[in-house]
Amino acid sequence: MTGGARLLGLGVYRPARVVTNDELAQRVDTSDAWIQSRTGIATRRIADDEETTVAMGAAAAEKALAAAGLTPDAVDLVIGATCTAPSQIPGTGPQIAHRVGASRAGAFDINGGCAGFSYGVSAAADMVRAGGVRHVLVVATERLSDYTDWDDRSTCILLADGAGATVVGPAETDEIGPAVWGHDGSRPDVIRVPGGGDNLFRMEGQAVFRWAISLVPTVRQICARAGVAPEELAGIVPHQANLRIVEALATGIGATNAVVARDVIDSGNTSAASIPLGFARLLETGEIRRGDPVLLFGFGAGLTFCGQVVRCP
Amino acid sequence: MSQDILAGLAVILEEVAGVDPADVTPEKTFIDDLDVDSLSMVEVVVAAEEKFTVKIPDDDVKSLKTVGDAVSYIQRAGVAA
Repeated sequence: MTGGARLLGLGVYRPARVVTNDELAQRVDTSDAWIQSRTGIATRRIADDEETTVAMGAAAAEKALAAAGLTPDAVDLVIGATCTAPSQIPGTGPQIAHRVGASRAGAFDINGGCAGFSYGVSAAADMVRAGGVRHVLVVATERLSDYTDWDDRSTCILLADGAGATVVGPAETDEIGPAVWGHDGSRPDVIRVPGGGDNLFRMEGQAVFRWAISLVPTVRQICARAGVAPEELAGIVPHQANLRIVEALATGIGATNAVVARDVIDSGNTSAASIPLGFARLLETGEIRRGDPVLLFGFGAGLTFCGQVVRCP
Repeated sequence: MSQDILAGLAVILEEVAGVDPADVTPEKTFIDDLDVDSLSMVEVVVAAEEKFTVKIPDDDVKSLKTVGDAVSYIQRAGVAA
């Protein structure tokens, strides 16, 4: 029998160190007022040497397992979602699986840029529904600070570190809506780490901003595919790229009754980790509750995007 | 026609950037007179493309300094379409 899938629990890890806008203004020509008006960001978390992608991912994964009420041996598969692994080889998934003691689990990584978490949840949900696995840990973990050009004032003010994880498991009633995804692979250059000796993050901010706010019809489609009207949403968690984009998308779809994740204000842009971080914040504050319909929407480097409506774990 | 475009732009500018529609006159510059920052300008352009069914490429956005520039651009683009 083919059943449904749902999120069983969510866990996050936020690095200890908080970096303010004033601190960045000491290094590059910018100001707290400028950064806040253009990006909404007031502070961001930056990892220390001990807070590696694997360490942060494992810490988030352990909390997600605890929230789901599961032991590590219940995990069938670990999917690492990251675009900032310390090296190309090996992936983070197997190391995270090892750290959390998921000794039976398969493990691999996906690089979906800032949409990685939504792609991971979609893949996990389909695997669970198909019946091949019961419990999949999806772990988004990012250390953008490793790839940040601290002298580039257009990007260093945005980028940050953190991790978020969820456990996808079986459910009688399906709680993970169909994914709506797509790409514009004709524009690989607008968000990139060039490579070949240049390992710093580059972005054409205005082009990305324009692309992102033009995705409103796509976000409406995510609701339509899930059979949930925008006004029925209890929460919206777009990728936390920039508060202006978050608000343009939320306003654009007319989600009049939804609380909107604004974790970017405190946490900056953490790429794939930003959706679970923003989602967890809304759950922690009690603004959304178990069973509430929440829209997740990731978009970024590729360019690629993916989103779905899920019920709160 | 150009009056309709001007009125339409005023609605967009109010929604996107909180600009008083009474301030939206052809000689006003977006950045200095109406206090529309670069990101708001992108939002205005995307909304204008939808409202007037025109295409305004990134390279052309930079040439739109005043409200009048935008009105005549949209008018030309609309005719071309």
